[in-house]
Amino acid sequence: MKYVLMFVDTEEYAKELEALSPAELEDVYQRVNQWFIDHAAKIRNSGSKLQGASSATTVRLDGPEPVTTDGPFMEGKEVISGFTEIEVENLDEALRMVKTWPACPVVEIRPVES
Amino acid sequence: MNADPAADELARVVREHAGQLAASLVSLLGDFSAAEDLVQDAIEIALKRWPEEGIPDRPDGWLFTVARRRGLDVLRRQQNYRSKLAQLQWPIHRAPDDRLRLIFTCCHPALAREAQIALTLRVVCGLTTAQVAAAFLVPESTVAQRITRAKRKIADAGIPYRIPRDDELAERLGEVLTVIYLLFNEGYLSSTSDRAHSRDLVDDAEWLTALLVGLLPNEPEASGLLSLIRLHRARVAGRFTSDGQLVLLQDQDRSKWDHRAIADATALLTRTARRHRSPGPYQLQAAIAACHCEAVTWADTDWRQILVLYDMLLHLQPTPVTKLQRAVAARYVYGAQAALAELDDLQAALKNYPLFHATRAEFLRADGRTAAAHEADKEAIKLTSNPAQLDILHDRLAAY
Repeated sequence: MKYVLMFVDTEEYAKELEALSPAELEDVYQRVNQWFIDHAAKIRNSGSKLQGASSATTVRLDGPEPVTTDGPFMEGKEVISGFTEIEVENLDEALRMVKTWPACPVVEIRPVES
Repeated sequence: MNADPAADELARVVREHAGQLAASLVSLLGDFSAAEDLVQDAIEIALKRWPEEGIPDRPDGWLFTVARRRGLDVLRRQQNYRSKLAQLQWPIHRAPDDRLRLIFTCCHPALAREAQIALTLRVVCGLTTAQVAAAFLVPESTVAQRITRAKRKIADAGIPYRIPRDDELAERLGEVLTVIYLLFNEGYLSSTSDRAHSRDLVDDAEWLTALLVGLLPNEPEASGLLSLIRLHRARVAGRFTSDGQLVLLQDQDRSKWDHRAIADATALLTRTARRHRSPGPYQLQAAIAACHCEAVTWADTDWRQILVLYDMLLHLQPTPVTKLQRAVAARYVYGAQAALAELDDLQAALKNYPLFHATRAEFLRADGRTAAAHEADKEAIKLTSNPAQLDILHDRLAAY
């Protein structure tokens, strides 16, 4: 089955990252790269890191006219910071994979419609 | 407590066979939802017919035949299922661990807790949606919706029908035990005379745990939960007056307890403890229950031992409710004043928990502060809707 993993950042995590030294930050990136290498056989794209939530623009189409606003669609302390598509046997395998994710504190797993 | 032996027998037979059949059909059809629907239909029909016609000699074969016929009927458009069902003969060859797979699927951590509970009762224990709804005092449509959503999630999200791998087993078993423990608690706390005709969830919880222990004999916490449930059940005859009023542990007639069952459950606990080091939370709770069961009178209770066990439990599970229970033991070891001081720290976390105020009232009364005890009892009354608890609180207010 195909799933999209959505990586979610929290305010606390963003602060933690800011407080890191360049060498420590490099270390975090290294672990993320290693995770993608370890699971390469199951990853269907290379994964995309998104720019910060402040760069987002949202268009709402459910009113009489489209409304364009600054910011992500959901105002909150948790924002999607990246995603990747994986292909694995079932949800248990996806869960195993996600439990070893070394960076941001929340990951949402969504099956892709077949 | 179910007062009707025929209803008990009916529940027992359905429970013994429905999950087994569901497990086999899920394996065969490869579709959890479709298989479960067929079994549920067969149960509904059985519950209508058996009380009138009598329980058939081979209830499993009966349920199978009805489920199969129903399947050939409703799955008309799914040629693949139909041909599998058409070839199927009774008895079905079943894998010994089919029911284990069923349990782990129903209690998958990707399902909401309420859905896990409803699914387990319906699919593994063979309760109807109406029975699940009655047991939890929620509308039938709510339960039906939970089941439908859960089954959709199992299919859509790719929740597998399998036994977890060894490295996942501890976590996943923990999830199953939590579901059973919640069932047991719900049944245990609500078993008042009001619900004489509803399904006895305590019975289902014990049966499920025994099944689990049979399938996973080397899991100490499963055995611990089984001991715990059996120790509580062994005291049930002393827990209620003949008109269904709850009797507190200190006032119970201990000769009414089932001492044979207590000895058996304690033996199971001892065997488990001997084979495994460092007991988990269910074993510790069972050990505490065993201390109470073994005391010949309330005055003989070994509170020091209970206090030690609560300290071990708190080490694993530092929850406010466990701290409250430890405070009760502390009261009998160190006195009411010391125990009251322990409660002060729990005020914020437990201010909406009726037993916190009821316990505080007891300690205050023991410390001679009657007016404050009254206030605490009134607070407890405001917070509880459980009729058995209300009776006791009102009696207490009237007596002092």
